[in-house]
Amino acid sequence: MRQHVVQQWQGNIDLALLHQMKRIRQIELAIATRYSEGKMRCPTHLSVGQEGVAAAAGTALTFNDLAISTHRGHAHYLAKGGDSSRMIAEIYGKEGGCSRGFGGSMHLLDLEIGFMGSTAIVGNSIPVGVGLALAIKHQQLSKVSCIFLGDGAVEEGAFYEAANFAALKRLPVLFICENNLYSVYSPLSVRQPETRKIHQLAASIGMTSASYDGNDVKACFEGISHHLDSIREGIGPCFLEFSTYRWLEHCGPHYDNHIGYRSEDEFLRWQALEPIARFERQLLKNSMITPPEIALIDSLVTKEVSAAFTFAEESAFPRPEICSAYIYK
Amino acid sequence: MTRIIKYTEAINEALHEAMAQDESVLLFGLGVDDPKRIFATTAQLVERFGSERVFDMPTAENAMTGIGIGASLLGFRPVMVHQRLDFFLLAMDQLVNNAAKWYFMFGGQKSVPITIRLVTGRGWGQGPTHSQNLHAWFAHIPGLKVVMPAFPADAKGMLLSAIFDDNPVIVIEHRWVHALEGEVVNGDWRIPLGKGRVVTSGDALTIVALSYMTIEALHAVEQLKQDGIYCELIDLRSIQPLDWELIFTSVKKTGRLLALDIAATSFSVASELVARCAIELFADLKCPPRKLALPDCPVPTSFGLTKGFYITAVDIVETVGAMLNCPVPGAERLRAAQTTPHDVPGEWFKGPF
Ligand SMILES: Cc1ncc(C[n+]2csc(CCOP(=O)(O)OP(=O)(O)O)c2C)c(N)n1
Ligand SMILES: [Mg+2]
Repeated sequence: MRQHVVQQWQGNIDLALLHQMKRIRQIELAIATRYSEGKMRCPTHLSVGQEGVAAAAGTALTFNDLAISTHRGHAHYLAKGGDSSRMIAEIYGKEGGCSRGFGGSMHLLDLEIGFMGSTAIVGNSIPVGVGLALAIKHQQLSKVSCIFLGDGAVEEGAFYEAANFAALKRLPVLFICENNLYSVYSPLSVRQPETRKIHQLAASIGMTSASYDGNDVKACFEGISHHLDSIREGIGPCFLEFSTYRWLEHCGPHYDNHIGYRSEDEFLRWQALEPIARFERQLLKNSMITPPEIALIDSLVTKEVSAAFTFAEESAFPRPEICSAYIYK
Repeated sequence: MTRIIKYTEAINEALHEAMAQDESVLLFGLGVDDPKRIFATTAQLVERFGSERVFDMPTAENAMTGIGIGASLLGFRPVMVHQRLDFFLLAMDQLVNNAAKWYFMFGGQKSVPITIRLVTGRGWGQGPTHSQNLHAWFAHIPGLKVVMPAFPADAKGMLLSAIFDDNPVIVIEHRWVHALEGEVVNGDWRIPLGKGRVVTSGDALTIVALSYMTIEALHAVEQLKQDGIYCELIDLRSIQPLDWELIFTSVKKTGRLLALDIAATSFSVASELVARCAIELFADLKCPPRKLALPDCPVPTSFGLTKGFYITAVDIVETVGAMLNCPVPGAERLRAAQTTPHDVPGEWFKGPF
């Protein structure tokens, strides 16, 4: 049985949040560092810089709640409680992978902790997440279906159609929209009207909505927890927009501020706001954490990262013959 | 005048040519003006023709296809581009229910002259939703034209014809031919849609290939030649309309058909080739026609699982040997020469996309 991060830290939310963020950061950076070895042979979208939102959501959700995500799903999977070894093995295409090597970085799943899948087509897991909520409502469970999405995904018709239905039926859905200002290399300005905010759009569809500084992990956690309570009380779907920033290129392990779609200045501004160091400083200043606790978190993370890569390296490739094993049940 | 250029440059040249020639040509799609410029195929277009004619779009494939259709009804010739065919699946409604039928269902009054460029992925773990080959779907819809050029010259010539055709045309570019170089004619040089091409002639057997399979087939045909087996290789280039006359003439001559495809085997273009040849040329056939295509299985991601998934020159050589009932030492030579990993087209491809 896996332990939820909040239990792991005996209810200390601050330590849980810091641990979650550091864990995501170090795993993502390790992928970036090792990507050029050519062993992780699949399109890989990293979340470095965006750890705050995922960590807050994963900490606020229980293992009982469900989550579904996108092409950029590592952080969501990990924060929800997903097994890092099986995620890395999946990126390596190994049989020990969380999707047995069939899916790669963009198709993660960990049913034990309610991570129901991530998919590679923009917007296409949104209706599926609403469907999970429909089932939850029918079964009269107190679970919430959490849908992770990007700022680009709200441009797809599937978003409107699914959000409309969720609002119509007052389904227990939590939309977590990470607005990182870009879809690949395209800034919001070429995709959405300048004066309209995504969370306003969501409100006008009929959902409760709010927006947060996605790099302020504690504020994110409190906001998400508050809305989760409302959803559990039956208020219907909530849509939360978080401003944040992806540090690395859209797909792949490199920094790409030099190629021209965004400026080094903009990057540095966001980097200064980054969620992890900022939170750690704040906790230290308020004596909410001790240096040995930080050292403990760091060493847990280092151990986890190295164990995950060892597991992946040691796991075998699936045999090509089993390729057709999962076409039909 | 001709020059040796890359496939991606040939596409780029066709776009420049079309946009310079006709102000009604528009170009839009995710990333057409971004730093990568759709694998460089849309380079220098926004600079030259401006952001009114060359523009990025919201992630809204279905509506944007409909918007392209609407603009085409007032005389524009929109060219839309998607970095993976899979992303365009969201636009099936506008494509199939509107674009393909507008001319028909309003009794021939307005046609829809749009061009849709789709890039097919393969290798480096593109997996189940980034490497689907669904050209047979499109070809199955009356009212659509579908071309799949394998060489730079065809890419340029057919894209130009597609843009100036008065019907919806799907142009499918395989990611693995993007770096291919070849001789391309300068200026406005067009290849009619619906015409195949005999790449190498021979009388032992007819190999019909399309898109990237033509490249694998070329390697196979060269090896077979060294073993004294002369195959006729036809590159379909266009699958709707399909150049039946060219196929029938060749199969009548050789009496043997091997149809290659880059899609799942069942219900494929290769299936249609085999069926029509069996129906029309039954008496001319010296052996049962065969097809070589992918397993009827989604494409897995893992390096381990994609081993042997795709058809290579070796498979083609061996199948030809089996059909002719003769030894083919070329297969072994090809196997020995294989140095790049199976999931990349060559050293130039480093992933991840
Ligand atoms: C339907 C579809 N269109 C285009 C793509 C290509 N694509 C992959 S990720 C992505 C960006 C989406 O942006 P956003 O939703 O903001 O997520 P982010 O990458 O910023 O996390 C795009 C356009 C796709 N996968 N699916
Ligand atoms: Mg984004």
